[in-house]
Amino acid sequence: MVVVIDYNVGNVKSVCNAFRHIGCEAELSRDPAKIGRASGLVLPGVAAFGYAMEALGDAAEPVKQAVAAGKPILGICVGHQLLFDQSLEYGPHKGLGLVRGNVVPIPPEQTIPHMGWNLVEFPEDMDMELFSGLGSAKHFYFAHSYQAEVSDEQAHIAYTDYGSPLTAAVQKGNIFGVQFHPEKSGKQGLRLLHNFYDLCNRKASC
Amino acid sequence: MLTKRIIPCLDVKDNRVVKGVNFLNLRDAGDPVELGAKYSDTGADELVFLDITATIRSRKTIVDMVERVAENVFIPFTVGGGVQSVAQIDELLRSGAEKVSVNTAAVQNADLIAEAAQRFGNQCVVLAIDARRSKTRPGHWQVCVKAGSEPTDIDVVEWARRGEQLGAGEILLTSMDADGTLAGYDNELNRAVSDAVNIPVIASGGAGNLDHLYDAVVEGGADAVLMASITHFGNYTITEIKEHLRDRGLPMNL
Repeated sequence: MVVVIDYNVGNVKSVCNAFRHIGCEAELSRDPAKIGRASGLVLPGVAAFGYAMEALGDAAEPVKQAVAAGKPILGICVGHQLLFDQSLEYGPHKGLGLVRGNVVPIPPEQTIPHMGWNLVEFPEDMDMELFSGLGSAKHFYFAHSYQAEVSDEQAHIAYTDYGSPLTAAVQKGNIFGVQFHPEKSGKQGLRLLHNFYDLCNRKASC
Repeated sequence: MLTKRIIPCLDVKDNRVVKGVNFLNLRDAGDPVELGAKYSDTGADELVFLDITATIRSRKTIVDMVERVAENVFIPFTVGGGVQSVAQIDELLRSGAEKVSVNTAAVQNADLIAEAAQRFGNQCVVLAIDARRSKTRPGHWQVCVKAGSEPTDIDVVEWARRGEQLGAGEILLTSMDADGTLAGYDNELNRAVSDAVNIPVIASGGAGNLDHLYDAVVEGGADAVLMASITHFGNYTITEIKEHLRDRGLPMNL
């Protein structure tokens, strides 16, 4: 069972709808016991960073502990940004600090927000378990004005091109973050969520 | 680079998808949730649902529909038609829509755009404009309200520019002259508006064949193309559309 962290931000429901649609068991919860028992965690999010971190509140600690114990976590959009040290959005605000780096504004040369479907290029050193079976079409749906500037040497980073390279996905061991919205990225996105679900179950049964 | 978006538009009346010509002579095109799910599964980039009944009674029906759409559609979707207030926008976003479009109410009270953009973010607010070629001023278009039934004195290009300043994240630009005719988009209109604003313009009204879509992007400067008749009634699949545009050199999510 994957637990989708229930905190009062948009798109929590969409993520649950997507898991249900592909036949994966996911429960919406912020109960520390359930977080502890989960095969994996999903941290969704549509909101400003500071608001999201505050809404996460006392659920932050059990999430950090579970991740430290090796449980896979997938951060989505603002949930992905929360994985880092801090954000400058109406900030600074402290994040979960699971991956070294800061969340900064997208360079202003392009239209902000970066919204629409963009191609994600995955580096060879990335754990491709999460991104397998996507074929050549690795376009995903983005809607964001800030992006992660990753400084963690253990992290592998996938980029998307928006005039300059933007961080599209990050992976550090059992920690995964995607700036795009897999729950709104059609078949490719559903495939990615299914891959995450399978990865969690495999890890849990080891 | 962002891809150009292919957006089927579902006009919804009494819980059915309908499609007309020049906003009239409606023809049934199926169940909105089923059709939406089909488009989501077959590669559409986004969907737009417009409540063309837009009466007080239909509001609850639309919210219910949005919830069911959200359970079955895994691409972003916009909902519009008769949206009057920030509270209604909030309700539609909470029900699962990514964006809400405003039209008549924004013309009557432009602050609606600003209030919604401040509260939900620019990316959630789509300014829908129904445009009709002016009979008295060549090269100009009039904004029409109330489902296109009422022309105003407002110039379309000026209104689009104002909408951007107020915080709209996108312009959904429908040519009433071209709508449903299958004769091609009004690319003079599309170009006039896309040159005037920096936010994405979605061209709408008139798509009849694949080259019309290409022309809307290249001649009209549109970031996205809206269509209804040519996909609802099975003339083209989304894949056929995207392959054609990719082969002609446009960036596509394919």
